[in-house]
Amino acid sequence: MQEAIIKRAKELLADGTVNRVVGWKAGDFAYDVTPAVFTSAEELDKDFLYNDFCAPNLSKYLIKESRKEGKVLVFLKPCDSYSFNQLLKEHRILRDNVYVIAIPCRGKVDIGTVRDSGIKGITDMECDGETLTIHTLYGDKTMSHADSLGDKCKTCKTKKHAACFDEMIGEEGEPNNDGKRFEMVEKLEAMTSEERFNFWRNELSKCIRCNACRNVCPACSCENCVFDNPASGIQQRAAVTSFEENMFHLIRAFHVAGRCTDCGECTRVCPQNIPLHLLNRKYIKDINEFYGEYQAGENFDERAPLNAYTFTDCEPDVVYKRGGNA
Amino acid sequence: MSVNTEFKPLIVAFCCNWCSYAGADLAGTNRLQYPADVKIIRVPCSCRVNPMFVLRAFQRGADGVILCGCHPGDCHYTSGNYFTRRRMALLFSMLDYMGIEKERTRVEWVSAAEGAKFAKTMNEFVETVTKLGENRRLEDLRCKKQS
Repeated sequence: MQEAIIKRAKELLADGTVNRVVGWKAGDFAYDVTPAVFTSAEELDKDFLYNDFCAPNLSKYLIKESRKEGKVLVFLKPCDSYSFNQLLKEHRILRDNVYVIAIPCRGKVDIGTVRDSGIKGITDMECDGETLTIHTLYGDKTMSHADSLGDKCKTCKTKKHAACFDEMIGEEGEPNNDGKRFEMVEKLEAMTSEERFNFWRNELSKCIRCNACRNVCPACSCENCVFDNPASGIQQRAAVTSFEENMFHLIRAFHVAGRCTDCGECTRVCPQNIPLHLLNRKYIKDINEFYGEYQAGENFDERAPLNAYTFTDCEPDVVYKRGGNA
Repeated sequence: MSVNTEFKPLIVAFCCNWCSYAGADLAGTNRLQYPADVKIIRVPCSCRVNPMFVLRAFQRGADGVILCGCHPGDCHYTSGNYFTRRRMALLFSMLDYMGIEKERTRVEWVSAAEGAKFAKTMNEFVETVTKLGENRRLEDLRCKKQS
């Protein structure tokens, strides 16, 4: 796959269709892949990577990249293509300046999942198809590829790209509608109010307000963010009280409600391993329940649920009527 | 002299200028009683209420927040309250999901002619919140007076 991608990228660079490529390269560790811009065939040969660790969603980089001179080539996984579409819909990406190649994804290895399985002292990781070999200070360990996926990939919503690409390398996959991605949300909903409160206090009190979740989120791309406004009372700084921790995450999730494509980047980048996607998925689940099935970034014609209304919408007291635990 | 230790909730009511605020006014001119614990904030339209306003009210020590607006279809700006309806349904659901008692939040449609409904709603809401007691789960301790 990687060879085919590099080959095509070189062709497009050589014939002048594009003058740079947004892709992935190894970061400090081989498994810690970082987004990068490549401008020449040599650079592509040297650094370009596409493997089971290439999780970063490249669509957000196009907001800035598409405003530079010349055309940019980008590779989008199915997840990323929804974010890309959503950004296009919001006129954040200049489509004429982007050449999109859709590439398949079989789920990305998540370092958090590997660590949670009790493997310590990781120095390097390799994945050849089904087996993940983990080199640690205490010798090599193995794990199956399926077990090493992050939560977002284990409950992958689709392997099919949103219709936005110019060409495709590899084969198109199928959407996955088994509803498993809401399992954890349902589990939380079944808890009592106090248990839920304690669950979220436990998770959100770990927050160090690094703002990584905000910065990585393709939906979260306002030019002036409310969290950068000193008058908002919740500007960029460490949260002082438990309330501020809650408030930051509540507002962050609310601001992307109806626009979140569930790409799971927020959880992936969280240095404290807070399951932030559970907040976004709650909104997605509620929107599906209240206003009909909606997948952000799927098509251009539909209005985002919070930008639209019908005369027969449910009243907000649906929340009390729904019952559940107090 | 005995000190009154009975719990008095602090309720913030966001009322839209065109319907609910006039409704509150009517409740007043009709001499209808509702608790003084309700602090009314007038907003141009119920959809002016940013979710942050609700959270900020809780942060500053409110025990309950209620939004009042025109009945759906009667909005002075045609469609404002339809947006409120969607927004608040999602926000309240999320607050509930995070373990904030859902009874502390409410949306009620009160027209300018419904002074009685306004008083009744407020009485009910204050009663509900009083039963729940102080809002401990979502408050900023710095804003509370040390007792």
